Amino acid sequence: MVEKSIHEINSKIRDGSVNVVTAEEMVDIVGELGVEGAAKEVDVVTTGTFGAMCSSGAWFNFGHSEPPIKMQKVWFNDVEAYTGVAAVDAFLGVTQLSESQGMEYGGAHVIEDLIRGKSIDIHATAYGTDCYPRKVLDTSLSLDDFNQAIMQNPRNGYQRYNAAVNGTLQTIRTYMGVLLPNCGNITYSGAGVLSPLSNDPNYLTIGNGTRIFIGGAQGYITGSGTQHSSAGGFGTLSVQGDLKEMSSDYIRAANFDGYGSSIYIGMGVPIPILNEEIAASTAVTDADVSVSILDYGVPSRDRPSLRQVTYEELRSGSVEIDGKDVKTSSLSSFKKSRIIANELKDWISRGEFFVSSPVENLQTGVSARPMKQTEGVNFVSEIMSANVVTIYQDASVFKAAKTIMESSFDHLPVVNTENSLVGIVTSWDISKAVAEDKFDLVEDVMTRKVTTAKADEKVSVVARRIEQNGVSAMPVLNNNKNVIGIVTSDDISKLIARRT
Amino acid sequence: MMIKVNISSEIVTKPILAEAILETGVLLNISQAHFESSYCEVVADVAADDFEKMNAALSSRGAKVRSLDTPINWDEDECVECGACMSVCPTLVFSLDDDYSLLVDQSKCIQCGSCIGMCPHNALSLKDADPA
Repeated sequence: MVEKSIHEINSKIRDGSVNVVTAEEMVDIVGELGVEGAAKEVDVVTTGTFGAMCSSGAWFNFGHSEPPIKMQKVWFNDVEAYTGVAAVDAFLGVTQLSESQGMEYGGAHVIEDLIRGKSIDIHATAYGTDCYPRKVLDTSLSLDDFNQAIMQNPRNGYQRYNAAVNGTLQTIRTYMGVLLPNCGNITYSGAGVLSPLSNDPNYLTIGNGTRIFIGGAQGYITGSGTQHSSAGGFGTLSVQGDLKEMSSDYIRAANFDGYGSSIYIGMGVPIPILNEEIAASTAVTDADVSVSILDYGVPSRDRPSLRQVTYEELRSGSVEIDGKDVKTSSLSSFKKSRIIANELKDWISRGEFFVSSPVENLQTGVSARPMKQTEGVNFVSEIMSANVVTIYQDASVFKAAKTIMESSFDHLPVVNTENSLVGIVTSWDISKAVAEDKFDLVEDVMTRKVTTAKADEKVSVVARRIEQNGVSAMPVLNNNKNVIGIVTSDDISKLIARRT
Repeated sequence: MMIKVNISSEIVTKPILAEAILETGVLLNISQAHFESSYCEVVADVAADDFEKMNAALSSRGAKVRSLDTPINWDEDECVECGACMSVCPTLVFSLDDDYSLLVDQSKCIQCGSCIGMCPHNALSLKDADPA
């Protein structure tokens, strides 16, 4: 039995005799020496990860202006921060977007700019009080000018993260990157063999108060992160660190096309090897950590899983889906993760970083629940008009015009003899045909590419589709492509009007 | 070599690419085609020896032809070597070596631009991506 204490390990760090290895090196050491031998030999295993962590941001204290202001709203380079606390404290979230530059620039970019020594324009407004009379404030500040700049991230360092694919026929742009149609590529994130929580999956050494590497500085784990789901192996960390000590080598703003801004955070957690059980868990490999490949083409929180896959397979460059080799992309940087694990190893070896005993270990056996929705979810079937009028593709344009006049619809879905949808014709199409004096059959003037919906789809999903495709109505189809209704932007507006 | 052909909206309905190919017998391998209300833009690969012939045939039909001689630009300072670009590139320009450093083989680049929007760190760009 090997039994070591945090105190003994820190004594070794102090006298320079500590044996520190990275989680990657530990795999071979356990392979060679066995678990007991490795537990005796190794004192600390270092981990590292460098990837997008959207649930991040920083608290700033500006100091008081003269005359003083109790900020009601505040912007950093046009990116709004939350200041619903004391007079000159504010939290800037990394995904908040610039009001002038949109997705190009967000809270993450402000944080990176500050770390790089750039100065930021601050604009604040207030209602004015007897104790804080000032109503408007404009100034420029760099990182040194703040009393405090504390990175505080409610959810970082996911134990592992499901991979993403797109089963639809269109390219989609997500926080998992650009996903090509027909499962054209797979994206994934996470450090696998180097992942902090995968190296201590029972949280025997990690918890509130654990000292860590964050953004190039020494920081702390402040507890289990939000959405911590240790029961399913998807634990998360909430962490804190001093922004003033961080480096742009390990904190990088990111833009995900069509999604917005995020931030790449470099984090490393040391795992003190107190016994064999802990040594055994740090021998985890990429092949031991598996995740699901989820279809992000399904706009639901319950995205279907296509298959399970290990980090080893993901890192190989391609993964088979339905008999086809699909190329993979890592969104997190394994090279940087490795640099971080090695940097932390050096700090400990040089006696600059000491391991810590957590005040509380992370919560085990808990699961994040989906949102309770009291408003209820509306489906297309509830708002569509089921008494839709269709027209055959070989009907005359005259007949179509007459049908539109006699019915209350501006859009006529066009069907073939099997009653399957082949197009759509609107009053505008007919006007255009008449204006150009070339009208004969409906099929000559109809629009062939039709945006459609299904009855069991959620209204919020089809509302976005209507907007994106710039149409004002969508035929509702069953699985045989028969038209069973029509839903218009008016139907959706009325539903939203009822709610507000 | 890669060329970019700009076709104005007045002539967009004419099959000028087909006519130019038939007239010259030069093969064009189209990698991109964008249609906007005001212009149309086609990116294609053509053998360097045949460029002048194709250029003349297209220009005489009202198209503007430009050679794209600068492949994808890689900003190593912005790049974090994640490899996000790897799965969207149709010609395998990007790869990771044994120590997970990103390798960029610009000679394979067909300047399709697929990787530009994929890169989370704006480290990839095409020079002069706008129409002339």
